[in-house]
Amino acid sequence: MNEYADLLIIGAGPAGMSAALAAASSGARIVVLDDNPLPGGQIWRDGPQASLPDQARQMRERLQANSNIRHHAGTRVIALAGAKQLLVEDADRGWLIGYDKLILCTGARELLLPFPGWTLPGVTGAGGLQALIKGGLPVQDERVVIAGSGPLLLASAATAKHNGAQVLRIAEQASAVAVAGFALQLPRWPGKLVQSFSLFDRHYRTGSHVVAALGNDRLEAVRLRHRGKIVELACDRLACGFGLIPNTQLGQALGCALDGSALAVDAWQTTSHTDHYAAGECTGFGGSELALVEGAIAGHVAVGNTAAARNLWPRRARWQGFAKALNSAFGLDPQLKSLAQPDTLVCRCEDVPYSALSGHVGWREAKLASRCGMGACQGRVCGGALQYLFDWQPTAPRPPFNPARIETLMCLDDTPPV
Amino acid sequence: MLDLIMDGRALKVAAGTTVAAALALAGDGCSRTAVSGQRRAPLCGMGICQECRVTIDGRRRLACQTLCQQGMQVQTRA
Ligand SMILES: Cc1cc2nc3c(=O)[nH]c(=O)nc-3n(C[C@H](O)[C@H](O)[C@H](O)COP(=O)(O)OP(=O)(O)OC[C@H]3O[C@@H](n4cnc5c(N)ncnc54)[C@H](O)[C@@H]3O)c2cc1C
Ligand code: FES
Repeated sequence: MNEYADLLIIGAGPAGMSAALAAASSGARIVVLDDNPLPGGQIWRDGPQASLPDQARQMRERLQANSNIRHHAGTRVIALAGAKQLLVEDADRGWLIGYDKLILCTGARELLLPFPGWTLPGVTGAGGLQALIKGGLPVQDERVVIAGSGPLLLASAATAKHNGAQVLRIAEQASAVAVAGFALQLPRWPGKLVQSFSLFDRHYRTGSHVVAALGNDRLEAVRLRHRGKIVELACDRLACGFGLIPNTQLGQALGCALDGSALAVDAWQTTSHTDHYAAGECTGFGGSELALVEGAIAGHVAVGNTAAARNLWPRRARWQGFAKALNSAFGLDPQLKSLAQPDTLVCRCEDVPYSALSGHVGWREAKLASRCGMGACQGRVCGGALQYLFDWQPTAPRPPFNPARIETLMCLDDTPPV
Repeated sequence: MLDLIMDGRALKVAAGTTVAAALALAGDGCSRTAVSGQRRAPLCGMGICQECRVTIDGRRRLACQTLCQQGMQVQTRA
């Protein structure tokens, strides 16, 4: 069974939902595809230990109420099937979706850097722990250390505490000066000021980063460096993430150009590839407010309503200012490049240690020699790390973009040659 | 509440629980065994790292992006 959409949107986070709702009144046939069980993206997750804000709930209801919007949950893109056609798969089947216009709203993932012990059970990403808790992971009475960089550390700590965890330390690698400079700018965005006060925690330390996770079969303690001094804390969980990196792989595979590490877009959220747009954090980190307004602009433009899109430019500019302040405050300390030791695994899929990579000149060569990045995650974790560690630019992914079933791949044979 | 079977053992979880959370509710939280023999647990919680892949009703799936269903069978050592 194949499908056609006038407008196909990949990702149902704030950007994707907002794009679909903006485009809906045109009457276009819209399909939204997302790999999570429910729409909402990274920030709006519900579960046994989380509830949705009103805005998110209302957007979900409006998506459902629109008869010209179809949402495919739990669905991944597997390959490009031809011009303007994608092969996709859900838990039960694979099929082809053809489209006229496409908006990439693929969001961002955490930058996870390798350090000794990071493969131990009990170590997760920072936003990763938050997502797992919202999905029902029990943390009652557990001792938790949160480390890395960015505002997500405080958000993750708040979720852990709310669910009964004892947060021993929040270690932010950025300096006190950088974080204070950012805090001083917050009054420009009053909503954010209130949010940061409500998240503040007395265990927050700046100029502090993880050195190693310790334990035999699972995490038992964390070694941190705080302003030059080493401290060890016994704990049950370490949640460590170094900020967000844009998910550009599908865009790259479709032929969209990059601007730095994000998908390049113009004022209309148009990528370098005709009829292909991008919005939200795949175009750079900026928070949910920016994702919402960029999504709406892309949705309007994709159905030809440029006037409505232009009206949203001032709002976008305001949140771009917030994004800029955020990104400059939480720049990463070069010391973090020396966390991995020769035997630290960098590629967790194929168990490739740092020593097997450090002598190479680039990604492609290292990949061929070591299998780094050739496992199930297709370099989504180690590729981000190696870009930070060695400045190796990740290449566009090769299909299948996600592990797929043979029956799904066989759908490709039904396609007429292009 | 939903009933599932995790590595042969019965488990009850609240509706809306992810299989990743169920792994921890049932036991040590681990999902797979790495090439070098280490046990691994969900890392990113968001469908990126693939550390959480388990066998659910006979198919390899990501525990962090799958909600528990009544009668589901989950295996972490298949
Ligand atoms: C783990 C995590 C936790 C966060 N928590 C907070 C928070 O508490 N507060 C806050 O202000 N901000 C938080 N953020 C920042 C947050 O990402 C943004 O505020 C906002 O969610 C960005 O919206 P978006 O629509 O651009 O992307 P996202 O919300 O990331 O949505 C993208 C969606 O697309 C899906 N997707 C991506 N690629 C594909 C594909 N190829 N096929 C199918 N589906 C795909 C993703 O799974 C996701 O559901 C968090 C980020 C992360 C990574
Ligand atoms: S925990 Fe990373 S993919 Fe599920």
